[in-house]
Amino acid sequence: MMQITCPHCGPRSQSEFVYGRTVDSVVALDAPADQAMTALFTRTNPRGPDDEIWRHTYGCRAWIVITRHRVTNEITATRAVGSEALP
Amino acid sequence: MSRYSALGLLRGALTGHKHWQPAWRDPEPKSHYDILIIGGGGHGLATAYYLAKVHGLRNIAVLEKGWIGGGNTGRNTTIVRSNYRLEPLHNFYEFGLKLWHGLSDELNYNVMFSPRGAMFLGHSDADMVKLAERGDAMRCDGIDADLLSRDEVAKLEPLLDMSRDARFPIEGGLIQRRGGTARHDAVAWGYARGADSLGVDIIQKCEVTGFVRDGDAVVGVETTRGRIGAGRVGICVAGHSGHVAAMAGLKLPVESQTLQAMVTEGVKPMINTVIMSQSLHCYISQSDKGGIVFGGDPDNWPSYAQRGDPSIMEGAVAQGLALVPALSRLRMVRTWSGVTDMSFDGTPIIGETPVPNLYINGGWCYGGFKATPASGWTYAHTLATGKPHPLNAPFALDRFERGATIDETGSGPMPNSR
Repeated sequence: MMQITCPHCGPRSQSEFVYGRTVDSVVALDAPADQAMTALFTRTNPRGPDDEIWRHTYGCRAWIVITRHRVTNEITATRAVGSEALP
Repeated sequence: MSRYSALGLLRGALTGHKHWQPAWRDPEPKSHYDILIIGGGGHGLATAYYLAKVHGLRNIAVLEKGWIGGGNTGRNTTIVRSNYRLEPLHNFYEFGLKLWHGLSDELNYNVMFSPRGAMFLGHSDADMVKLAERGDAMRCDGIDADLLSRDEVAKLEPLLDMSRDARFPIEGGLIQRRGGTARHDAVAWGYARGADSLGVDIIQKCEVTGFVRDGDAVVGVETTRGRIGAGRVGICVAGHSGHVAAMAGLKLPVESQTLQAMVTEGVKPMINTVIMSQSLHCYISQSDKGGIVFGGDPDNWPSYAQRGDPSIMEGAVAQGLALVPALSRLRMVRTWSGVTDMSFDGTPIIGETPVPNLYINGGWCYGGFKATPASGWTYAHTLATGKPHPLNAPFALDRFERGATIDETGSGPMPNSR
């Protein structure tokens, strides 16, 4: 089981968190159709680190962004959701 | 290749079993193949087999980064069924189920297919309506499906908790009697032996590290054992689809997740069918060796780790014990996990890519094992002719941009919502 450091609450068990989606799948409401299609239906899905949006559902309920390695589960960064999560 | 037979076994018994030969060769890669298949799992090997057997092609190789059948082919719960609601899905899987029923004979290799019945339980009126709808859809296409009453379910599986105050009360079920289980390793080995005997080169410990391009078109692959040229290249790597496709610059409608399964110590026969549920996500069957095989939800976040989170296992087992309380004192002896390629509508992808000469077979979510023969058959057709077989035409990669998704569960375009 992973331990995720919530930027608001500190280190907490992964079972308090729910995975949402990757940062590259966030799409602006006025995005052109091809960009919306790419964001909605495709993923980079790397065998390595990626930026993911999780929610501290059973904690402070805030959305957060974590950078996690998809093989080792190593989390190298966590941050509060801000303007950088938007395209 | 010598045929396996009872007579051969008897002869071997009398001569000290010294006659056994390796079931397939271990060839050096040639510099060029007409068709290269990346991925030596059940699907890749079946594809090679049908390319040689049905389409008469001979200059074919299967490249496998580890050993054949060492990925998801060896990491599933071996369930075989075709009980899907949507037409493109049940027709595809039914074609496969028919192949399963003759597979041991076809391959001269015992895949231990055991059509013991695949049963979905219903826990509410709503569940029973959904099951009836699914059964009706199947029967319209001539596929067997029987709606079961509570009493019929209890008779089939006496150890289910049928009490009215059960954690998950059972109202009835839907059974596909021709469904069941098979031996996963034997499927890979049987197809490998069959393909090899028809001249297919199975090259293990050979990882693809890049594609060789001529303009847009793929004309070969770079591997850990050198460059290999190819007329057509077929990706068939399940959970690693996104990783391999990215080498060709493709971004797929796939997210890789971990799916875990586990097995208990062996006991006398106690589970007769494959038990699944319309509301829960837990499937239980008993292996021929006696172990109770459990599967459940995937870990609902992306991962290539081939190991999962214990909380997910706990969830699957908790559901299983609520259904069959008699399992509670069995010891779990082994757990495993595979990397599943979760597609965005829960349906596989078999067909062309935007890159000339490059084809893809993936997006199997956690249901690829049962599809092995049908996947191989239709992918072989696609690779041999350059055009999809009618059965896999609906599974084209571009269906998402065309709005032609095939969403069996109706849960929307999220890979972690199935």
